[in-house]
Amino acid sequence: MAMKRIGVFICHCGRNIAGTVDVKRVAEEIGKREDVAFSTTYVFMCSQPGQKLIEDSVKKYNLDGVVVANCSPTLHEKTMRNAAARAGLNPYRVEIANIREWAAWPHEDNPDAATRKAIRIINATIEKLKANASLEPIEVPVIRRALVIGGGVAGMQAALDIADSGIETILVEKEATIGGNMFRLSETFPTLDCPQCILTPKMNDVAAHPNIKLYTYSEVEDVEGFMGNFKVKIKKKATFVDWDKCTGCGECLRVCPAHADSEFDLKMAKRTSIYIANEQAVPLKALIDENSCIRLQFEKKVKEGKIKPKKNVKICSKCADVCEPNAIHFQNNEEIVEEEVGAIIVATGYEVMPAEAFPELGGKYPDVITSLQFERLLAPSGPTAGIPRRPSDGKVPESIAFVHCVGSRDPQNGVPYCSRICCMYTIKQAMLVKHAMHDAAVYDFYIDIRSNGKGYEEFYHRAKEEYGVNFIRGKVSKVYKVGDKYRVQGVDTLTGRIVEVDVDMVVLATAAKGSSTVKEIAKKLRIPYDEWGWLKETHLKLKPLETPVGGVFIAGAAQFIKDITDSVSQGSGAAAKVMALLSKPELEKEPLLAKVDPEICAGCGRCKDQCAYDAITIDPVRHVSVVNEALCEGCGACSANCPTTAIQVVNFKKGQVVRAIDVLAEVF
Amino acid sequence: MKYTIKKDPHEDERVQKIIEISGQNIFSCYQCGRCSSGCPMAEFMDVLPNQVFMFLQEGDVDTLLNAKTPWICAACFTCTVRCPVGLDLAAVMEAIRELQLRKNYDYVDPYKVEDREELPPIAMVSNFRKFTP
Repeated sequence: MAMKRIGVFICHCGRNIAGTVDVKRVAEEIGKREDVAFSTTYVFMCSQPGQKLIEDSVKKYNLDGVVVANCSPTLHEKTMRNAAARAGLNPYRVEIANIREWAAWPHEDNPDAATRKAIRIINATIEKLKANASLEPIEVPVIRRALVIGGGVAGMQAALDIADSGIETILVEKEATIGGNMFRLSETFPTLDCPQCILTPKMNDVAAHPNIKLYTYSEVEDVEGFMGNFKVKIKKKATFVDWDKCTGCGECLRVCPAHADSEFDLKMAKRTSIYIANEQAVPLKALIDENSCIRLQFEKKVKEGKIKPKKNVKICSKCADVCEPNAIHFQNNEEIVEEEVGAIIVATGYEVMPAEAFPELGGKYPDVITSLQFERLLAPSGPTAGIPRRPSDGKVPESIAFVHCVGSRDPQNGVPYCSRICCMYTIKQAMLVKHAMHDAAVYDFYIDIRSNGKGYEEFYHRAKEEYGVNFIRGKVSKVYKVGDKYRVQGVDTLTGRIVEVDVDMVVLATAAKGSSTVKEIAKKLRIPYDEWGWLKETHLKLKPLETPVGGVFIAGAAQFIKDITDSVSQGSGAAAKVMALLSKPELEKEPLLAKVDPEICAGCGRCKDQCAYDAITIDPVRHVSVVNEALCEGCGACSANCPTTAIQVVNFKKGQVVRAIDVLAEVF
Repeated sequence: MKYTIKKDPHEDERVQKIIEISGQNIFSCYQCGRCSSGCPMAEFMDVLPNQVFMFLQEGDVDTLLNAKTPWICAACFTCTVRCPVGLDLAAVMEAIRELQLRKNYDYVDPYKVEDREELPPIAMVSNFRKFTP
């Protein structure tokens, strides 16, 4: 039944609205309507007295509907609905008319037009509200388990925090060890901690935690379901080794004759074909790289019919021969496991652009490498044991140039944003070079030093004052080979002249991007990402951990490149969000969902094709669409495509929307 | 203009000498520019005070020895008072002058000063103290 006793509350929003819109006139005009029982203005409707005004008015005038004309409903729709609910009015009988962003702000130069537009917006909202139904939230059961995708520092922190609260947590990591990029680093700024020392306790905690189920060398294959009820398929990639038997003794590594580039050392070193990710890997298990293993390549070619094996041929099985526990079986043990979880955290981290992407800066030369690769050369656990050596000839460099902003702040050739961590890690690397080789000359070409963190600016000054690092302000234009050395041509914008220096090695602080696997995972989870591979949060300021998909959260550098401090904080933050979600036995869900009228529905399936959430199925018996309320997000794509208006979103029915548009367009 | 860094400026002998004479770690300057923006003589200088430090940090002492700036510096200490990292710029300017003066180089020849009979004696004394060995 259409509402007849509507209350309209017009907010001044200080001067935000009242400075442009004549709120008194709006209240008078709206008050003239027959269906409006009460119309008033107030300076801040979102303030406590403002909410009290709604509560009191609902009771006093026995209102059956409320329109609050204020800011965007994303900000205060909930506030106003709760206020009305406290007075006993169904919250879905409250609508927001956005006269701030739609009338006051865009028409500051024309107050009269803004006032007329505000009146029209409120009238349209009243027309829409009049056909609103009273609704109750939908309750959905919750599976009390969580999934964390990505075993870097953010993912591990999130998994540990959730597991500590008693919730079973599944941690999936695509590489053969957890630890992520942080485990590759030499030392951390600004405290110069050794990451291996501070991270291994966390890694061991993850491995030993009774509430954490760890899947390394695994990938998320498929995600189905909805907030509180996800079904996840996880692919355990083929290791060709039985990890239940493998003790991580490393005997096999000593005998393996085949080699490939080390993933962990980022091509700065070779590893054997059967390998353990690194010496402190968690779990410490061996696996075989199919593409370089002599035996597996041979078997593959035989299978494809490319070669015919002679009888009695003995093919390499050196690793299996020395393996005491008989763990190496050469069998493809790829496996898909299914897990059910209630919430998901995506912490897939970052990658840096390769040096090869910048040939003008010498990316084509072996001694011009990325900062992340240089981390391995500086790491005490790395291939050069902490004393950097040139990849080309193994010579210890006497001079090194660091180049900042390679690809960053460069929308034409790289990315438009500042990669945020490069300034600090480059300063750190410059310091560490001075630690390792006191006499080495270090040149640091920067555009700006961005040291916005606790202790960061002081760290920069230490590098300048105590360590003897040469800072030159200006971007490098080219790096080319002159004899045995690399000539770096830059500019000093402070003295206004070109600067040239010959060095033995060049380290490029290349731009950070989202992990290359993130796009696929995002598609599976139906969460948005930008063109650089960063996952999009719901609100940059106020909902940085949430995604538009309920129950899916983001943490760490997957959202945007950030340092360890921030990644750990975000990991804990996302864990808190998951704990809050899983602490309830049942979840409440907005009931503004699609509803099918089976009398009209012809079962054509157009709505099913449009649904981004796989919420619609066709009932095979009755041949009509059926909406899964738990999956439906109420987006309305189905409704817009329905040829017969059989499927409509509750409280956004066609009559309501068209009527509101008529009023807005002044078609009476 | 092009400048080639031949060796680590930290190792440059003349830079070291300036550090020794002035007692200032010229490498702690981070180029905020506050010295230049407040210098009362800056508009007459060919190299701004902050650029003096950049030249030093690049080991380019030659440019500074040929520049007018160290001689124009009035040693008013405005920059020294204002420097955020506490550098005594006036002392560095003095050190650059010293480097030149110790070669027995007279920046000003008192006999060539016009109307020197008219000048107050204190001006001549200051001139000798600052511009001659």
